[in-house]
This record gives sequence, C-alpha cells and structure tokens, in this order.
Amino acid sequence: MKFDWRNNRDFFGGLMYIVTGAIAIWIARDYPFGSALRMGPGYFPTVLAGMMICFGVAIMAMGFSNKEKIKGNWSIRALIVLPIATAVFGWMMEEAGFIPALLVLIPFSAAAGREFKWIEIGLLTLGLTILCTGMFIYGLGLPYPLIKGMWGY
Amino acid sequence: MELFNNLVFGFSVALTWQNLWFCFIGCFLGTLIGVLPGIGPLATIAMLLPITFNVPPVAALIMLAGIYYGAQYGGSTTAILVNLPGETSAVVTCLDGYQMARQGRAGPALAIAALGSFFAGTVCTLIIALFGPPLAEVALKFGAPEYFSLMLMGLVAAAVLAGDNITKALAMVVMGLLLGIIGTDVNSGMARYSFGIPELTDGIGFIVIAVGVFAIGEIVLNLGDPEERAVFTNKVTGLMPTKKDLKDSFWPIVRGTGIGAFLGVLPGTGPAIASFSSYMVEKKLAKDPSRFGKGAIEGVAGPESANNADAQCKFIPTLTLGIPASAVMALMLGALTIQGIAPGPQVMTQKPDLFWGLVASMWIGNAMLVILNLPLIGLWVMLLKVPYRLLFPAIMAFSCIGIYSVNNSPFELYLTALFGIIGLAWAKLDMPPAPMLLGFVLGPLMEENLRRALLISRGDPTVFFTRPISLGFMIATVLILVIMVLPAVKARRAEITDAPPT
Repeated sequence: MKFDWRNNRDFFGGLMYIVTGAIAIWIARDYPFGSALRMGPGYFPTVLAGMMICFGVAIMAMGFSNKEKIKGNWSIRALIVLPIATAVFGWMMEEAGFIPALLVLIPFSAAAGREFKWIEIGLLTLGLTILCTGMFIYGLGLPYPLIKGMWGY
Repeated sequence: MELFNNLVFGFSVALTWQNLWFCFIGCFLGTLIGVLPGIGPLATIAMLLPITFNVPPVAALIMLAGIYYGAQYGGSTTAILVNLPGETSAVVTCLDGYQMARQGRAGPALAIAALGSFFAGTVCTLIIALFGPPLAEVALKFGAPEYFSLMLMGLVAAAVLAGDNITKALAMVVMGLLLGIIGTDVNSGMARYSFGIPELTDGIGFIVIAVGVFAIGEIVLNLGDPEERAVFTNKVTGLMPTKKDLKDSFWPIVRGTGIGAFLGVLPGTGPAIASFSSYMVEKKLAKDPSRFGKGAIEGVAGPESANNADAQCKFIPTLTLGIPASAVMALMLGALTIQGIAPGPQVMTQKPDLFWGLVASMWIGNAMLVILNLPLIGLWVMLLKVPYRLLFPAIMAFSCIGIYSVNNSPFELYLTALFGIIGLAWAKLDMPPAPMLLGFVLGPLMEENLRRALLISRGDPTVFFTRPISLGFMIATVLILVIMVLPAVKARRAEITDAPPT
C-alpha cells in the first residue's frame, strides 16, 4: 500500500502537535525566559511546547508506518450547525433573553440530526423551554430576563 | 473510636433532608444516564457543574458523586436486559448477564449486580474512612518537590493506563498542560497566550473545555456514526436469586471488590479496567471456565462489584491529596474550586463536614440505588426507546445554559463552540481527550510547584531525587513507564482495551 498523507490519521495528528508547539514557542519568545532558579513566565510554556513538537514528530512517524486512515464519517452538517447554535445561544442570551435564546437553540440543534420532523421538534422545543424555565429560572433562581425589553427589563 | 465518631458525624451531615434530596437526585440522574448509551457520567457532570454553583458545596458534591456511581448501576441494567452496555464499564457484564437474561434469569442477574455493587460500596466507604485521614496527614507534610513529583506520577500513570496508545496519551497530557497556561501568570502578572482578548486573561474555564469536548464533540461524533439500537423483548420475572446463586456469587463479589478497590486508587484506571480484570480472575479461578459467556453468575457478580469499588475508591486520591485520578475526578475538583474550596489535604481538616458527609452519603446513595433500581427496571427499559434525535437537543440546552451561568458571558459559549470542533478533530485523529483534561487541571499547579521547588533548591534540579518521598514518586513514574512498554504487558493491555468500544 502506498503512503497517502491526505487520509493518514497519525500524519495529521502529528502535524497538529508540531504546529501547535511551534506557534506556542513563537508566541512565548516575548515572555521572559528566566533561569531554572528564577523561572520567568516563558520557561514552562517553552519547555512544554518543545515537548509537543517532539511528540508530534513521533506520532507523525507512527503514521508513516501504520498507515491508519481516519475512520467514520465527518458529519459536516452537525460539525457546522452545533457550534453555530452554541454561539448564537450566547449572543441571544445577551440580546434577547432566556426564552428566545432557547427557542432558537433547540430547533437549531435538532436540525443537526438526520431526521427533522416539524411537529416533533416543535413539541420538543416547547416542552424543553418550559422545563428549563421552570428548573433554572424559578427552581434555581438564575437571574436572567425571560424576554428582554418586557416587564421592565 | 475516632473512626466511629467521624462516621456518625458524616451521617449527621448526609442525613439532612437537603443532602438526602441531592443524593437522590444524583443517584436518579446517574442511573438515567447510565441506562442511556451515548451519554456518560463525564458529559453529565460537566453539564451540571455550573449549576452546582447555586447549591451548597456539600450538597453539590454529594449529587455529583451520586451521578458517578449511579451510572455504574444503570450501565449494568441495560447490559443485562438488552445486551447494550450503557457505560464502558458494563461491557463485561453483557457477556454473562445477557446470557442469563436469555435463559429467563434476568431477575437474579440484576439482583446480584445490585447486591454486589452495594457490598463493594459499603466496603469502599469504610476504606475511604479508614485510609483517608492518615493519607491526608502525610500529604500535609508534602512540600513543592513532593507535589510536583506526585503530579508527574499521576499524569504519567493516567496517560499510560487510560488510552491504548501511550505516546498519544502523553502528548495529550502536554496539550492539556499547555492549555492550562493560558491566562495571567501568577508570579509575574503577565498575560500568556491571551491573544489580546481580555476574557482570556482569566484563563479558559474548565467547564468550557469539558462541555465543548465531551458534550458537544461527542454529539457531533454520535450524529456522524449513528448506532443501531437493539429492541427490548425480554420480560423480567422473579428477582430473587436462589441460595446457590448467592453462594456462587459470594467470593466473586469479595474478590471483585478487592480488585476494584486496589485499581481504584491508581490514577488513570477507569472502572472498565477493573471489571475486565475481575472477569479474567473469575474465569481463571472457576472449576469449569467453559460456563463463562453462557450465563455464569460469577461473571456478573465479580465485574459489577469491581467497577463500583473502583468508582468509589477513585475518591481517595482526589479528596486526600487533591490529585484527580481520572477525568471525572478532575471535574469533582472543578466543582470544589467553583465553590471556592482549594482542593488538597487540608480539605479534610478545614471542611470535615464536606469530607465525612460525602463519605457517608456514598453509603446512603448505594442503598438508595438498590431500592431505586430493582423496582424501577421497567421504567429504565422504557427510557431506552427515547430516540437520540430527541435527546441531544436537550443535552445542548442544558449544556449551554450551564456554561452561560458560570460568568454570564457569551464569550464562554463562543469558546465552547470552538472546543466542540477541536474535540471532534481530536476524536477523529484518535487523540484521547481524558488525559488532556487532567493535564489542564494540573498544569497551573505543576508549574507553580516546579518553580517553588527550584527556588527552594536554588535552581538545583536534583531536589526531586534527594528528598525520599519525592524520589519514591519519581521511581514509581519510571517504573510505570517501563512496565507498560514491556512487550508482555503490551499484549495483555491490547487484549483488555480491544473490547467492543461503546
């Protein structure tokens, strides 16, 4: 079997470590290094980043010999939808309040799945919003406005 | 007699209505997520961690602990009834438990699993009560070099024992240590790796990483590779085990408890390793090993006791030394920190109600689980029919609310989204995230102790090898590494970790 770096699991794993380590060292150049006796803020990170690069090389070498491929599907849809849903929830909590944020988050996340049934998701959204409001706002007393701009908030 | 007084004090704390209630919630939730595959104690505790901020520390820890050991109970229920391990630790239970269920003996299997777990829980509660205080006493004498060596040993052991690839696990530990550096340096006041973002000068929240990688990353992973779920057809009739069952199970339960308790104290070993070891031992000791895999009750009794013993004894290093022995324990320490309690040996003397209340609650929780589990089996099985497409939006909602409530800041959610993506990439590249979490928690502590140790020794690194306790930890670290690289052990480990993943 020929070595194919494009789908080689450990090649990319190693690459990730090497790049992370290199960036970490590059940034840490600005931090005073100090000596073993009086370590500066740059000492520990630089040593760690150096270790990262070594591990990265070792793992990449593993990839060259075992030729393991990346397994499974990438589920691009969930990978895009769920992080966006999370971020939008944070923004909505600031701008619109607890209930609108949940009303957006729940159907939005559900859309990451393979099946999307309107009635089912509608009921789920309603049920979960009521449950969360009861539990977090009334039960635990978290101090968030239910809907911004209403009831004097 | 002091032990007795301490336990009485613990029970007086654990038996207040509030603490009983939180213990119940924890056990209930734990069983629930134990039954459901695809969501484990790690993600659940990460999700609920921020919410515990609004609860008194003792109650919060009692609840989180209940989730953890409750999950071990729940996992075995589905393993026996539908041949589906709800948790990794229940994989072994499937082997003989499901066979027993097929022979119409699901009731005795469930009862023995519950009784074995209860026995293990009782013994381990006593072990913690007996060995906790002396250990903490010793730990109070530790200086910076000892702490550094101890943490080094913990991290190496966790990396070596947890994943199936030592290099990758160690690399993830370093990744965690590096992530832990982000934020303001305590000694110089300098902001490191903050990329000019003011929110990052406080460091990345522990919960952000835990929820991002373990809750969101896992959902994305599950949605990519959906698993087929078996449909439940068995009926449970008659719970009572026969006299012969009890006799056959007694020694396996005792041995399983011993194995689990021993492995539990070691860092990095999950309950799964304990239950596998116990199964191996029982099979070796059996007069007729061929019965195993065909419904031998010993194959349920031993492993079930072992995984529960392991889960509980994990609390020993966590509570007495402040060193988490697994990723779940790192979350427990996170819960303490959120409450403003610095983890370490001083917890026992400064917060005796927390320590003894938690210990006593574990015994109460185990008793609750026996009562909760056996009559409610029908309910748990029904829950299995809840499709994942309804489950994961709920997980998302709870996680997001939880994260927002830590700092009331949307920035934390942006960061969580980022770690969700990173978490999936790690999973796809076969990088174990659990050692990373340990490294992340211990990173700042390690740097602090390393600096202090070298300051005391005037920059002489031999300080770690000239102080006897520190030297002991260092030798242990090297031994762990050497033993694990030996070919014989490597082959044996592959045997254990190659079990069907869940």
